[in-house]
Amino acid sequence: MKPAPFGYADPTSLDEALTLLADDGAKVLAGGQSLLPLLSMRLASPATLVDINQVPGLDSVVVTDDGVRVGALVRHVQLLHHAEAARVQPLLARATANVAHPAIRNRGTTVGSIAHADPSGEMTSVLALTGGSVTVATPAGSSAVDWADFFVGPLETSVHGPAVVTEAFFPALPPRSGTAFEEVSRRKGDYAVCGAGVTVTLDDDSRVVSARATYISVGLVPEVHDLTDALVGQPAATADWAAAGALARTLVDPDGDLHASADYRRLLVGVLTERTLARAAQEALVR
Amino acid sequence: MTTKLMGEPVRRREDLRLITGRGRYTDDIGHGAAAAAFVRSPYAHARILGIDVDAALDVEGVIAIYTYEDLVGPMAEPLPVLIPHPQLTAPRTGYPLARDVVQHVGEAVVMVVATDRYIAEDVCDRITVSYEELPVVVGVDAARAATHAVHEDVPDNVAARHHQETGDVEAALAASAHTLSFTQYIERSACMPMEGKGVHAVWNHDDSSLRVHTSTQASTSVRAAVAAKLQLSLEKVEVVAPDVGGGFGVKIVHPWPEELLVPMAAIALGQPVHWAEDRREHFISSAHEREQRQEITVGYDDEGRVTALDVRGWHDNGAYTPYGIIVPIVTATQLVGPYAIPVYRVRIDSVYTNTVIVTPYRGAGRPQGCYAMERTMDRIAQDLGLDRAEVRRRNLIQPDQFPYDHHLTFQDGRPVIYDSGNYEGLLDKLIALVGWDRAEERRVEAASRGKQLGIGMAMYVEGTGPGPYEGGHVQVLGSGKVLVSTGLTSQGQGHETAFAQIVASELGVPIEDIEVVTGDTRRFGYAVGTFASRAAVMSGNAIALAARGVRAKALRIAAEILEADPDDLEIDEGVVQVKGTPGTAIPLRTVAVLSNPLRYAFDEAARQATQFAGPGDDSKPPVAVGDAPGLEHVDYYSPIRSTFASGAHAAVVEIDPTTWEIDVVDYAVVHDCGNIVNPMIVEGQVHGGVAQGVGGALYERMAYDADGQLQNASFMDFLMPYASEVPDVVIDHQETPSPLNPLGLKGAGEAGVIPGTACIASAIEDAVAVRIAAMPISPTELYDLVRNPDAERVPAATPGVPA
Repeated sequence: MKPAPFGYADPTSLDEALTLLADDGAKVLAGGQSLLPLLSMRLASPATLVDINQVPGLDSVVVTDDGVRVGALVRHVQLLHHAEAARVQPLLARATANVAHPAIRNRGTTVGSIAHADPSGEMTSVLALTGGSVTVATPAGSSAVDWADFFVGPLETSVHGPAVVTEAFFPALPPRSGTAFEEVSRRKGDYAVCGAGVTVTLDDDSRVVSARATYISVGLVPEVHDLTDALVGQPAATADWAAAGALARTLVDPDGDLHASADYRRLLVGVLTERTLARAAQEALVR
Repeated sequence: MTTKLMGEPVRRREDLRLITGRGRYTDDIGHGAAAAAFVRSPYAHARILGIDVDAALDVEGVIAIYTYEDLVGPMAEPLPVLIPHPQLTAPRTGYPLARDVVQHVGEAVVMVVATDRYIAEDVCDRITVSYEELPVVVGVDAARAATHAVHEDVPDNVAARHHQETGDVEAALAASAHTLSFTQYIERSACMPMEGKGVHAVWNHDDSSLRVHTSTQASTSVRAAVAAKLQLSLEKVEVVAPDVGGGFGVKIVHPWPEELLVPMAAIALGQPVHWAEDRREHFISSAHEREQRQEITVGYDDEGRVTALDVRGWHDNGAYTPYGIIVPIVTATQLVGPYAIPVYRVRIDSVYTNTVIVTPYRGAGRPQGCYAMERTMDRIAQDLGLDRAEVRRRNLIQPDQFPYDHHLTFQDGRPVIYDSGNYEGLLDKLIALVGWDRAEERRVEAASRGKQLGIGMAMYVEGTGPGPYEGGHVQVLGSGKVLVSTGLTSQGQGHETAFAQIVASELGVPIEDIEVVTGDTRRFGYAVGTFASRAAVMSGNAIALAARGVRAKALRIAAEILEADPDDLEIDEGVVQVKGTPGTAIPLRTVAVLSNPLRYAFDEAARQATQFAGPGDDSKPPVAVGDAPGLEHVDYYSPIRSTFASGAHAAVVEIDPTTWEIDVVDYAVVHDCGNIVNPMIVEGQVHGGVAQGVGGALYERMAYDADGQLQNASFMDFLMPYASEVPDVVIDHQETPSPLNPLGLKGAGEAGVIPGTACIASAIEDAVAVRIAAMPISPTELYDLVRNPDAERVPAATPGVPA
C-alpha cells in the first residue's frame, strides 16, 4: 500500500498551478482525504500532484445575504463551526456534521469533496439542493458552473483539462424556508447508507409552497427531487409528510451494495424524507 | 504494601509505553533493512502458467526476486500441518510461494526484495504472472455440493469428518416428549489486530546466526520452524516477539510463509530484510474464522429439560488446513456449555473452499457452539412458553456435580471434564445485573418512544489454559532487580503487570523491582504460545512455581547467615527477616550476591555483601553438589487437563421499526475465571471481547463473491464497531477457583466474545418476534426478514452478500 512514483509541486499562485496542471497526468491535491488513499492503493497514479495549499486567497468563507462562498482550501471543520454561514444557509453545518470523522473534517476540504463528485459525499448533494454553483479557474479565465452542469457521473465532472475549482457558492436559504439533514449509516461517521437533505418553503399562512429533497448514496449523481405535489397548500402543522416520503420512494432509483439492498435504500428515502421535512417545516415557521 | 498484589487492580505497567507511542513493534526495528513485498494471486483458483519478471529487473533499487523455483530443500516442501488429527483425513497446506496452483486470492506467488517498500511494490507491478482460471468453490454449501473440487485429489472437498457422541442419540430423540429441528448459519469475520504481521531478519555472517523479530504469538515455535526449514541448527536462530499490536489468534499460526521467506532472503542476500503486512494483505492472506452451517435436532421433556441433542455441522476451513481442525473440535466440544446433556452427538465436516484459511480467532469455534446451544435453549422456551432463563436454569450442571465429565475429547486430546463452576450463581447474578425481570416494563416504555425493545441472554463454558506446558524463570540480581521471563508472547494483554504481581506476591518484593520479558527465545527457550486463554493459567503458575523456588533458596542462604531456621524467615519488601524480629534481617539483593561464591567487588552491592560472608567451610566445595551459583530458578507448569471458565451475558437491544437500525443499549456480563490476578485487566479483556462480539453479531462479515473475490478487503467496507457502536458493559464477577493449578486460575482472554452472537440474536428475536437464524444481521437484512419471515435467510446463497 505504497503509492507509485509521482511528482509533487506546491505552486504559490493560481496561474502557476494552472500551468503545472497542463501537464499530462497532473492532479490537484487539496485536503487529500480521498486522493491519498487512492494513491496508496494504487487505484490512481497521477504523474504529478499539484498541491494548492500554498495558493493564496482560497482559504476563506465569505458570507453575504445572497449566500455562502467557500474557498477551495476551506476545511470541513471551518464550515461546521461557521456561525454566519449557518445563519444564512443552515444546511451547511447540518450536512458537514455528517462528513466522516473529526480527523477527516480537519483536513478534508468542502470544495475538494465536491470536485471529487462522489455521490456518497454529503456536500455534492447539498450544492445541488441549494441550487449552488462552483467557480472553475482555467488558463482562459474563471467562470461559474451551475451544479446541474457540473456533475456528470460518479467521480466525474464536466471539467476537463487544466482547471482548479476555486470556490463553491451555496445560495442563502430563502425567507419562510427551512432545511434539515439526516443520514443512516452503518457506523457513526461512515458513508451514509442513505442520507436526505430537504428544503421546505411556506407561504404567509404557513402552508407549504414547495418542498424539495436530495439524497446521499442514492443514484449516480446528485439530484434534486420536487416533492411539492404531495404537500402543496397543506398547513405545516398537519401536512402529510408521509405522503411526501411515499412520493420520494417512487422518484429514486437506488442501487444495492454490500451494506444495503436497493429496497432498503428506498425504504430509508421515505423514512428520512418524512422526518426531515417535518423538521424543516418547523424551521420555516420561525424564519 | 506493594508486595501482596494478587487480586489487586494494579495499573498496567506497559500502558504508558504503549499508549504514548513508545511501543517497539516489528516495523520499528531495523530501519534501513531491505524491504520485501509480494505478488499475490488475483484469482481464487488458478493454475500458474508462467511468471515473467523481465520488466521488473530494470527497476532501480530491485535486489532480488524469488518464485517457487528458487526454494530449495525443506522450503520447497509444503508448509507443515501443525496439529494433525486422525479425523483430518485429507490435510492440505500450501507452499511458501505458490507452486503450480493458487487456491485463494492473496496467496503469495512471488517475493520481491528492494531497497524500500515503495520500490518493492513498483517491482511487483512490473511482474506478470499468467494464469489459467479454474472453477471456484466459495461457501460451505458450494463445498458440500462438490460440483467442483478445491484440491484435485480431494473431490468431496472434505478435509475432516469430526464426530463425537456420548450415547445413542437417535434412540434418545425417539424417546423424547418433544423434538425440534432447525438450521442456523454464521458467517466469517477475522481477528484484525491493529498491527498486521511483520518480520525482520538479520543474518550474522561472522557467527552464522540468524535473529528474527516477528509479530507472533509463538516465538519458540517460529524459531523451530525457521531452523528446520532453513536447515540451521537451533542454537543459531533467535526469535523475538517485540511489542505485538494484537493477535487474537491469527498470529498463533506458524510459520507464516513470510516468516520463512524473509529470513531466507536475509541469509541469501547477506543483508537485513524486513516485511510489514499491509491491511489488504492481512485481509486476503492471513486468516479468517467463524463460518458454519448448523443443523440441530433437540429432544426435551415437558419441563424443557434436554433429553438428547444432535448437531450436524459444516465448517468452512478455507483453502488449507495448517492448523488442523482445532476450530471445529472446539465448536463440537464446547457447544454443550453449562448444561447437562444426557445424550449428545456432533458431526462436523470441515470443508475446503477457495478462500483465505480459517484458523482460531478469539473464541476459536466457541462462539459458533454457543450460538447453537443457546439458540436451542431459546427455541425450547418458545415452544413450551417458558421463560428463557428458567429453561436454562433447569438444564444447568449443579454445583455438586463437579468435576463433571461430558465424556467428550477436547482439542488437546484430553477428556472434557469441568474442574469447577457455579452456573446457577452466574445466572442469578446475570438476572439481577441486567434486570431480566423488568424487561416487560422496559418494552412498554420503549414502545412509547417508538422503539421495539428486546432482551436476550447466553451462557458459556470455556476450556482454558490447555497444556502441554509453560515455564518461568525468576532471577534476583545483586542490584535487587528481579528478572522474570517466560517463553510465551504478549500482544497487549498486560502480562508485564500480571506476571509481576504474581512474583511480587510469591517472593515478597516490590513490584517496581520486577522486570518481565516474554516471547524472547534468548531468554526462555521452551514455550507453547499465547492462545486459548492460557497465559495466566500456564505461565502464571509456572512463574509462581519459579518464584517459590527462588524464595526457598533465598531462605536457605539467609538462614545460614542469620543463624535461623528457614521456616522462621519471611520475605517482605525485598528483605529477608526473622518473623517477629525485624532487626534480624538481610536484604534479598544481598542474598543474591552471596548466592554466587565468585563476587569480585565490582560494585557496592558486592562490597556490602562481604560483611555477611562467613569464613567458609574448607571441607566442602564452594558450590555444594546439586546446588548452583546465583539466586534463580526455572520451573514449569504442566496441567493434567484444561480448566473451564464460565460466564453469562445479556443484551438489551432497541430497534427502530422504521429504519430497522439495531442499537445495543445495555450489555451485562457475569464472568468466572477462578481466582483473579488483576480484576482491571480481566475487565479490559471482557470489554474488548464484547466489542468483538458486537462486531461479529451486527457488523463484520467477509463478503466473498462467487468468484472468490473478497469485496470488502478494507476498513472502509469491513465494518468493525467503533467505540460509538459498542455499548457500555456492566460486569459482575464470580470466583470459583480451579482445583487444578497452584494459583486457582482459569483463563479470561476469550470469554468476552463467545456469547455475543447468540445473546444479541436472542435479543433481536425477542424485539421483532421473527426468528433470527443467520448471523451477523444488519438493518437491511432485518428489513428483509420482517417482510418475509418464512425465508429465515438460511443459507445466504453467497455468504456476505445480502439478497
